Amino acid sequence: MKPQLPSIDRRSFLKAAGLTGTGLLLGFTARANGTSQVVNLNAAADPNALVAFELNPFILIDNAGNITIINHRPDMGQGSWQAVPTMIAEELEVTLDQITIRQSDGLRKYGSQLSGGSSTVRTGWKRLREVGAAARQMFIESAAARWNVPVSECHAEKGTVKHSSGKSLTYGELVDDASKREVPKTVQLKAKKDFKLIGQPLQRPDIPSKVTGKAVFGMDVTVPGMLYASVEHCPVIHGKVVSIDDSATKKIPGVKAVVKTERPMPHRKAEAVAVVATSYWAALQGRRALKVQWDKAGYDQSMTTSTYFREMREKSKQDAFPFYTAGDFKAAYEAAPKKLEGFYETPFLAHAPMEPEVAVAHVKPDGSCEIWAPVQGPDGAIGEVSQYLGIKPEQVKVTVPFLGGAFGRKAYLDFVLEAVHISKQVKAPVKLVWTREDDITQGPYRPGMLSAMRGAVDAGGNIVAFEHKAIGESIQRQVFKANIDNKADEWVGESINDKECPYGFPNANVGYNNVKTDIPIVWWRSVYASNTPFGHECFFDELAHAGGKDPLALRLEMLEKAKGTAKPEGQEKGIPVVDRFIQVLKVLREKSGWEKPLAEGQGKGVAIARSFGSQCAHAIFVTKKGNGVKIDRVVSVMDCGMYVNPDNVRAQTEGNIVYGLTAAVKNGITFTNGQADQTNFHDYQVLRLDEMPAVEIHLIENEEAPGGVGEPGLPAVAPALCNAIFAATGKRIRTLPFDLNNLPS
Amino acid sequence: MASLSLTINGKKQTIDADPQMPLLWAIRDVVGLKGTKFGCGIAQCGACTVHLNGTPIRSCSTPVSAAAGKKITTIEGIGTEKNLHPVQQAWIEEQVPQCGYCQSGQIMSAVALLKDKPSPTDADIDAAMRGNICRCGTYGRIRKAIHTAAKLSKETASASGK
Ligand code: FES
Ligand code: FES
Repeated sequence: MKPQLPSIDRRSFLKAAGLTGTGLLLGFTARANGTSQVVNLNAAADPNALVAFELNPFILIDNAGNITIINHRPDMGQGSWQAVPTMIAEELEVTLDQITIRQSDGLRKYGSQLSGGSSTVRTGWKRLREVGAAARQMFIESAAARWNVPVSECHAEKGTVKHSSGKSLTYGELVDDASKREVPKTVQLKAKKDFKLIGQPLQRPDIPSKVTGKAVFGMDVTVPGMLYASVEHCPVIHGKVVSIDDSATKKIPGVKAVVKTERPMPHRKAEAVAVVATSYWAALQGRRALKVQWDKAGYDQSMTTSTYFREMREKSKQDAFPFYTAGDFKAAYEAAPKKLEGFYETPFLAHAPMEPEVAVAHVKPDGSCEIWAPVQGPDGAIGEVSQYLGIKPEQVKVTVPFLGGAFGRKAYLDFVLEAVHISKQVKAPVKLVWTREDDITQGPYRPGMLSAMRGAVDAGGNIVAFEHKAIGESIQRQVFKANIDNKADEWVGESINDKECPYGFPNANVGYNNVKTDIPIVWWRSVYASNTPFGHECFFDELAHAGGKDPLALRLEMLEKAKGTAKPEGQEKGIPVVDRFIQVLKVLREKSGWEKPLAEGQGKGVAIARSFGSQCAHAIFVTKKGNGVKIDRVVSVMDCGMYVNPDNVRAQTEGNIVYGLTAAVKNGITFTNGQADQTNFHDYQVLRLDEMPAVEIHLIENEEAPGGVGEPGLPAVAPALCNAIFAATGKRIRTLPFDLNNLPS
Repeated sequence: MASLSLTINGKKQTIDADPQMPLLWAIRDVVGLKGTKFGCGIAQCGACTVHLNGTPIRSCSTPVSAAAGKKITTIEGIGTEKNLHPVQQAWIEEQVPQCGYCQSGQIMSAVALLKDKPSPTDADIDAAMRGNICRCGTYGRIRKAIHTAAKLSKETASASGK
């Protein structure tokens, strides 16, 4: 696809940033071979030349010395607001308190501005630092030229170039000169030992505004002339409107209009009815007074979770399309003295970010559209809105405030397009606010999945055969219409394929089979890595116990044998995954006191998973309490390679533990005859503060390329917990969720 | 519609609103103070917590008419970036917020707890804070920050000779 960028972009950006006069504006171009090159945008005489530029993050310095750094990845709590500017500032040689941070407005369509896949630091690590280093070098060269001294006698610190004689010039004083210079072809990046900001537990710059109520979230946006909307959706999601009786609604003071609208999901549209009013309260009252008759026919079977799970059990009898195979599973399984099998189930789940879906949209008389919404990717929003309205991308402007949580939900832009559709009809800016009930009952959801496991151990307790058939609906199929009927969906394989999970089973069969559902699904924190490691890591535990081995020791034993295998995908250099697993598990063994004997009624469980380029293991300790257990502590070891802020890695891992525990021991989403059975936090419960176990997190230090941190802490939580419960109580939990206080028998 | 007199953060004002409108929406959309958040609308999550005559309440489930004539305190009335409340200071020190959306409510509950119990135990914290959901999972830090705030409050009190 040809990248499109309006010629007015740079100018409007400068204006938006409140800057006049000259400035230095750096972006980078993407070369055909996929590498990037830092470019000086000021040098582009023909603004249309900008079309070829990838303007991800960049630096803006004016001659008054104001330094602005753009964060191109929306912040939903994961810390991009700090991480992106830190990577740039490190090489630019400025401190975080010298800069103003701005969120990218998404106008620059080319280049990903999506917060997703735990990718911000991983993908920005080299390129963002190069942008900073290039600017630093241009300032140093400018100063050296001004002083007529060799570049080697100058260095930069805290936004100033210093000469060995002691004289100095600030970036603001140098910016005119610097903006006229060629961007260096190559830049020298700092070594890890020279980092001043990266790797430090610096306080996050967004936090003061988040403790005073001043931070502006999507929910807080107000624009002049704005109306409010609340939308009645069909309880079975895909049903059709038969009739609308709005007579009572229209009597409510403040109600302006009742319009038939639609909820455009990526793969299909759902019909809906919007009440538009001068206040949110009036819109909500109006919606409650609405009488809509729906045609709900046709979804009883395709949207009933018990039917779906039954179909998956059926499907498990068929061969799966392999992620990988090793040796001869069948022969080894048949021949082994001890065989096990088990079905592991993970439910559908709502993301339930604290801030429900909300968007302000204004379709203007000239056909253009402006959006203010907490979306995970403003570029994606521009693409979808322009396509939806049939207008050019440059006719859409997006402003992204802070996101009140997202977890994947706010990269699914149905709520934005719904606001657009309403605004177009009522010809005014409209703020659409979903209720929590809309959020819980309408989806999209994390798909429920089945793991059909078989395996065997030999007389020595070695795992000689291992089979994992992951079965369920494919996000790629349902949402993106990919044909997945006769192949393994590689998204499902994340964490259980042999690249990510390097146990080196001598005979293995790990694959996927699709079962369809009309319940809308999408990625949810860690995507399928939130489902499949549950079966994988619990079944490993079953086999270890069957062979009379300590589950952590058996993992290490197998990994040692598998040494020399499983490099991270596409990576020639670096520590092999198998060695990273070994190190993580050894550190966990030591830090958790794994080998210390436990008291009667106590139990410990371990699990490990790699996802999004990072490996994370948890050891969970529980104590029997009545018919349930109490979680005593969670000890975690995270190897995410190099990181920007260790405190934020810890915070994200803590968050993943809470999110993962909630997924294990609180309500799942079930559907009966097309309708969600849960509606709000009273029946879709989440972990609360009094249930928070003690958590201890240890980070591995190395010089590996950064991995993700927003998601990788999650996958191993549920299996570690259930393995601990087995150790303490002898009860093997194979179905999530379950009640921690009243274990299933 | 009715004319209602509200005292928010010490400032008296008259608004025109449906008396049944939840206090939350009156504060946010009529008065324009956006720090108080909407999370569930049914008194389950605590995002909308404000103080009514010093007591924490769920403003999503309190009609605005019930607050008329009483003292309402919102997050904006607790402290500013230049003049932080000890709880806010502690929240920064422990780097509590992630997305931050639940934190106004968390802080309002914590401020009320410390007024009641200047040296709360973990059990006190559990009881006072279990009504506030945080989907980002900042609970461990909230617990720590409340203990930190208790210390900071005492230091402030002794420094000012109280
Ligand atoms: S919004 Fe009031 S308790 Fe959730
Ligand atoms: S910080 Fe995000 S919900 Fe609490």
